[in-house]
Amino acid sequence: MAVLEVSGLCKSFGETLAVDGLGFSVGEGETYGLLGPNGAGKTTAISMIAGVLGRDGGEVRVGGQRHHPAGRRTKAMIGYVPQEPALYPDLTGRRNLRFFARLHGLAREEAGRRAAEVLELVGLTGRGDDLVGTYSGGMARRLNIAAGLLNRPRLLILDEPTAGVDPQSRNAIFDAVRRLTADGVAVLYTTHYMEEAERLCDRVGILDGGRMRAEGTRRELVALVGERDQVTLRAEGDLGAAVRALAAIAEAGEVSEREDGVELLVRDARAVLPRILAAVTGTGASVGSVEVREPDLEAVFLHLTGRALRD
Amino acid sequence: MRTMMIILAKDLWLRSRDSTLLVYAVVLPLGLAFMFNLVLGGGGGDRLGARYGVADQDRGPAATRFVTGVLRPMAAQGLITLHAVTSREEGRSRTERGELDAVFVIPEGFSAAVGAGRATTLEVVGDVDAPIAVQVAREAAQAYATELRSLRLASPDGTARDLPPAPLTLVDDASAVTRQLDTTTYHAAGMAVFFLFFAVMFGATGILDERSAGTLARLLAAPVSRHAILAGKLLGGVVAAVAGMAILVVASTLLLGARWGDPLGVAALVVAGVLAVTGLTGAVAAFSRTSEEASNRLSGLAMVLGLFGGALFPVAQLGGFAAVASLTPHHWFLRGLADLAGGGSAGEVLVPVAVLLCFAVLGGALATVRIGRLMRV
Repeated sequence: MAVLEVSGLCKSFGETLAVDGLGFSVGEGETYGLLGPNGAGKTTAISMIAGVLGRDGGEVRVGGQRHHPAGRRTKAMIGYVPQEPALYPDLTGRRNLRFFARLHGLAREEAGRRAAEVLELVGLTGRGDDLVGTYSGGMARRLNIAAGLLNRPRLLILDEPTAGVDPQSRNAIFDAVRRLTADGVAVLYTTHYMEEAERLCDRVGILDGGRMRAEGTRRELVALVGERDQVTLRAEGDLGAAVRALAAIAEAGEVSEREDGVELLVRDARAVLPRILAAVTGTGASVGSVEVREPDLEAVFLHLTGRALRD
Repeated sequence: MRTMMIILAKDLWLRSRDSTLLVYAVVLPLGLAFMFNLVLGGGGGDRLGARYGVADQDRGPAATRFVTGVLRPMAAQGLITLHAVTSREEGRSRTERGELDAVFVIPEGFSAAVGAGRATTLEVVGDVDAPIAVQVAREAAQAYATELRSLRLASPDGTARDLPPAPLTLVDDASAVTRQLDTTTYHAAGMAVFFLFFAVMFGATGILDERSAGTLARLLAAPVSRHAILAGKLLGGVVAAVAGMAILVVASTLLLGARWGDPLGVAALVVAGVLAVTGLTGAVAAFSRTSEEASNRLSGLAMVLGLFGGALFPVAQLGGFAAVASLTPHHWFLRGLADLAGGGSAGEVLVPVAVLLCFAVLGGALATVRIGRLMRV
């Protein structure tokens, strides 16, 4: 079931069209990544979805209900984690969380309990009573995420949560997101890091210039643009015969002989791999190792927009 | 209401950890009031160009002596200008219109009473907005009364025909001369309303601070209304300012001897004054992009309104300035306190309170109209 449905979302700032007819959906327990360079419209899009920013057009449905910027019922289902830590540095971590929990309608005692739970979840229980102003950047970002979980959201919106954090904090954030999706939370995750999208997201929407260029699973995106997997076999024997045998495989593209083996481009290498190995060993050659390298989202973005993701 | 209270509690907690509010709401106004009182205490000195009227309904020798012996020399020195008025009513009307600062009313039979040794009166009707000029008028009349007594004492047999034999009683018009604040209370009240802008400011600029800190986005993402967020932020300024004013009133009473008047009336004026300034600061914030820009604008506005509103010195003494004073909340706050100073009850400050609330509504309406822009992340 789709927790979030977005269609025809539009937003302009003066003459600039920041988001142009954006549409996608996120299911229960799914992590959906909005991937795009800085200025692609990611933050504008999720600000509208979170109800922080008004929209010029389009529709957003959360939990099957129409969502308006002033819609309290649908907002109660959303956990929003802004890009920069949105916290009060002169309050302790715990007091910050209690304040935001109370805004979400939790009673005083329940707010205290929930604050303790989310502090535990992001590994900050020991620092909960310290002023946020004394936190490191990574700790502040973890607390920022914790604040987005206070209302036990069905939809968690994370706006580039790992920007500028150390690897340890990044892994902690990834672990937290995985635990949440395992519990059925739908996660909308924006990033301009291709590796993050590939590692974390079940589906990815590629956003550029305010428009959705393509969306799907990683494999679907790669297939969409016709990219092929690169298969490298380290082998010994009659490599010329091996090249000819591989070229006879229907799915194979370019096949070339290397000093220590053969290399070919092929669609859906994982499915074809048994036939590749059979073709090579059928010539009497012995295979030492196989490496399959799938095309990444960077290549997809380059193909779709004509420029690199981080240009 | 619940959201407002949660935001209010958070803001007050944060504010309590910052001494800035205490400095602006209590320490500075009290300290400056003390200094002004010390330096200018006793009325602030002579004034230039006071406009006095004389309603001489007696036209006898004692009345003529007062005009020619006391007032005309002052006019000759350029300290005052003298104007003839036909009656007490005309004099009162002209002072209320601001055409005259004070009017001496010499009743019919004044000279005869003085000559016969009967009690008589010399009345001073003053403009409430010209306290120094009125004070000088009172001093002049008092000096003449003292002179009459001295002459009487210098002639023990009391028979000299040219000596005024009778005591003269000086009468203040209860609705005019006594409707002015004493110097100490004036300085305390003036500084209080002047610094009110700075005390209230953090409520309005707090929204812009939340925006720049990114926390406004989180507030807007919560299931609460924008109006509740705005009201909660502004309410923080209101509560802090009212508390500061209350401390200031009590402290200036105990430490400086200020006399604020009827507590209920003072409370009504304080709350209305705080709301008025809150409305104006909210409106200014709504037309500003950043907290810094709003703070700069509000500081300038506080200075201009304080100057024209008579918080720093009695602007009625400067003629043309008086005309614009009524456009400021400071003027109405001080006028309300002046109404109470003569022993008036809370009911007598209804007009100033109503005008102050109009400022609040006007400013609040402007802020509300611009709420979309104010709440934009």
